[in-house]
Amino acid sequence: MSKASLEPQVKPDFMRFVRANIRDYALLLSLLAIMVFFQFTTNGTLFKPINITNLILQNSYIIIMALGMLLVIVAGHIDLSVGSVSGFIGAVAAIMMVPMKLDPFLTVVACILLGALIGAAQGYFVAYHKIPAFIVTLAGMLIFKGLSLTVLGGASVGPFPKSFQLLSSGFVPDVFAFQLYGAPFNLLALIIGAATTALIVYFNFKERSNQLKYGLAEEPDLIFYGRNILIAAAFLGFSFLMARYKGLPNVLMVMFTLIALFVFITTRTTFGRRVYAMGGNEKASKLSGINTEKMTLGIFTIMGALAGLAGLVFAARLNVATPKAGLGFELEVIAACFIGGAAVTGGVGKIIGAVIGAFIIGVMNNGMSIMGIGIDWQQVIKGVVLMLAVFLDVYYKNKG
Amino acid sequence: MLWRADRKFMQPNIQPILEMRGITKTFPGVNALKDVELTVYPGEIHAVVGENGAGKSTLMKVLSGVYPYGTYSGDIVFEGEARKFNAISNSEDIGIIIIHQELALVPLLSIAENIFLGHEPAKYGVINWYEAFARTKVLLNKVGLKEHPNTLITNIGTGKQQLVEIAKALNKKVKLLILDEPTSSLNEHDSNALLDLLNVFKAQGISSILITHKLNEVMKVADHITVIRDGKTVDLLDVKSGKVDEDRIIKAMVGRELTDRFPPRVPNIGAPVFEVNNWNCYHPLHADRHVIKNVSLRVNAGEVVGIAGLMGSGRTELAMSLFGRAWGQKISGEIKIRSAPADVSSIPKAMKAGMAYATEDRKTYGLVLIDHIKHNVTLANLDGVSSGMVIDDQRELSIANKYRKELAIRSSGVFQTTVNLSGGNQQKVVLAKWLFSNPDVLILDEPTRGIDVGAKYEIYGIINELAAAGKAVIVISSEMPELLGISDRIYVMNEGRFVAEMPTREASQEKIMRAIMKSWEE
Repeated sequence: MSKASLEPQVKPDFMRFVRANIRDYALLLSLLAIMVFFQFTTNGTLFKPINITNLILQNSYIIIMALGMLLVIVAGHIDLSVGSVSGFIGAVAAIMMVPMKLDPFLTVVACILLGALIGAAQGYFVAYHKIPAFIVTLAGMLIFKGLSLTVLGGASVGPFPKSFQLLSSGFVPDVFAFQLYGAPFNLLALIIGAATTALIVYFNFKERSNQLKYGLAEEPDLIFYGRNILIAAAFLGFSFLMARYKGLPNVLMVMFTLIALFVFITTRTTFGRRVYAMGGNEKASKLSGINTEKMTLGIFTIMGALAGLAGLVFAARLNVATPKAGLGFELEVIAACFIGGAAVTGGVGKIIGAVIGAFIIGVMNNGMSIMGIGIDWQQVIKGVVLMLAVFLDVYYKNKG
Repeated sequence: MLWRADRKFMQPNIQPILEMRGITKTFPGVNALKDVELTVYPGEIHAVVGENGAGKSTLMKVLSGVYPYGTYSGDIVFEGEARKFNAISNSEDIGIIIIHQELALVPLLSIAENIFLGHEPAKYGVINWYEAFARTKVLLNKVGLKEHPNTLITNIGTGKQQLVEIAKALNKKVKLLILDEPTSSLNEHDSNALLDLLNVFKAQGISSILITHKLNEVMKVADHITVIRDGKTVDLLDVKSGKVDEDRIIKAMVGRELTDRFPPRVPNIGAPVFEVNNWNCYHPLHADRHVIKNVSLRVNAGEVVGIAGLMGSGRTELAMSLFGRAWGQKISGEIKIRSAPADVSSIPKAMKAGMAYATEDRKTYGLVLIDHIKHNVTLANLDGVSSGMVIDDQRELSIANKYRKELAIRSSGVFQTTVNLSGGNQQKVVLAKWLFSNPDVLILDEPTRGIDVGAKYEIYGIINELAAAGKAVIVISSEMPELLGISDRIYVMNEGRFVAEMPTREASQEKIMRAIMKSWEE
């Protein structure tokens, strides 16, 4: 090989870049295509502000859990118990607030901690006793499904105090009392949306200028600007729609904060880096001084805490805790991660991918329900989409 | 060539059972075998000897059909017929059976089940276990095993497992038995039993090819010896002629000339940096297997110390047990770093104490192959590129670029995925990772395995620089010329012990080999 190949040889090449990142674009385009498809088949219902709000409320708990699940899957594990755990935490919260009349804030804190504890307990067996996560969490799934029945005594418990319900049904209050075309318009929602947009675009440009400085900008200008314009349009359009209804749901703010936090953790912190390294090659990571056991324990603890939060959000949304809560959530959460490009073998996957994956499932659920497709065929179609997404992944990986 | 003329002394009237003629096999960029000849007569024990990596295993893989016809050039003639094997089953069908160093038995199945695996006596898919057991008993008798056919493989020792493998071969009507290092994990008693068995087979007219490092065994049972060096047949010796001794064989094995394949080295040796006293360690799965036995060693600042030994001598196990107990159990012994006792009881602690271990198996233990150079370089020292828990991207990038330049890692950039790098450049990434962790003691396990001569030279240069910077460097290598070329002092390891220590200026390949052979005889 010549000496010249030692110099950085990064030339923005449009097609090469597109090919290298085809997975990410394909995912986003699929979501867009699915949304447009349902916008037509539902006669425009999908993008109505009330439906968009609904869509977010319906999927928030899936997305919250998908954030933790992505870490678990990237680390090379799986967690089948999250549905049962979230149901169990919802049940415990109900008992704490309704018959025991404890403070909702205290309940929320205690329940998230309890979720973390459950996750840690499962993680302990996976990390320190090398029992496959599949087994440990399958056991957890059964245990907590049973325990939620026990805690609730087989009955539904509710309703909850108002302040707790706000977690899911509340909106960021309208402080401006602004009117647009005679209808109430939540200006704060639009301002928050615009601020978020500005922040994201600012960080994108900052990174871009750093890349340019070091001669590392692989992304062609056209794609970079196009991407930012699309992001801005999506965020502004979204907040505009929200503003015309009741504004930004509280749970949306929670969700967004968590997404931002997890993107930061996975891309910027040593913890995140170690999760990817561990999933990519556990033996090499261990020999590089990474305490893989402690990492695994930590990852499952985070997953448990998020399952707890999701359980609270779900309970608050229904305003009742039922023994059936959380049933099958784990499947949608895991599907979201795999549709989003995570690899079963570990080491690969992105938070944004998992979020988009969750939205793909969510939009399909929502759109098909509006169209009046039965729950039977909905499951068939979702199964086919999951299979197809992973098949295309594997197919293109082998070809590339 | 010498050995061609020598062929005359072999039985000219008897047709050989096997002739391999002009076998040449190349891997991308490497000539693994070049014009190799091997002739085996009916009812003889033919030893094939050579250094690690000389090409013995490759030759046997050609013979057994692991490398199918067409991927090599040359002829294989078996029982007078030219053969073209496309798979192992082709060679097995005509009676060529190979028994690998790593036994191919299923531990949790019984002896009978293993012997008949894939060839079960069955009618319409229903196995006749009575027949299988009866036939197993007959086969076990032949190899002198008195175990019940129902015994699980995991419950018998390695020596007996070896015999089960042979019984399995006998079941397949073996005519030529190939044994790859059959005694490497056996004790003396079991080894002798096995060699006696080969003599019994010989009397029955079954030929054997014995691949081994143990020359005393070769001298004991072999009729002829083919010596392979650097992928070529260099000698064919007739043991029964009485003119062959171990020195003669060793000379043929290592007789390669040393040219200036190593950068000049001016050692500047200081105070002891790394000292190990009475290190003992047991196998992680078999608590009764004493793998590292009472090893003591010392490495000074600026010194490169080599550990020589054959495969399976325990060098990697020693290194990994030293490095934060990454291997083994029931570990005992004392480690001092800069004359003070050091706590190296876990990998993070060992790293903190100043140790680094670059693995022999870079793909399994060295690199996150799906990730790029930048992430791999900083993996062992993420704290060095982050403030708090947050990674400083720019700092990480400049570190990665620095090492890419200093170690001349040939790549399209630090964002190239390591799986796509050549072996030499992968090795440099592993080295970069450990250099960035800034250790005092660096253990390099087979640092040049499977990489080309040019990259080797560069890596020797890096080792010299590390020593010049006052670090204590331990190099484990199976290539003796390499150890002689780059180290200041050499420990010779065999069967878990250090059996010799010599300054490099007094060392030679013959001396190292002799030390190993002598330790076996003791």
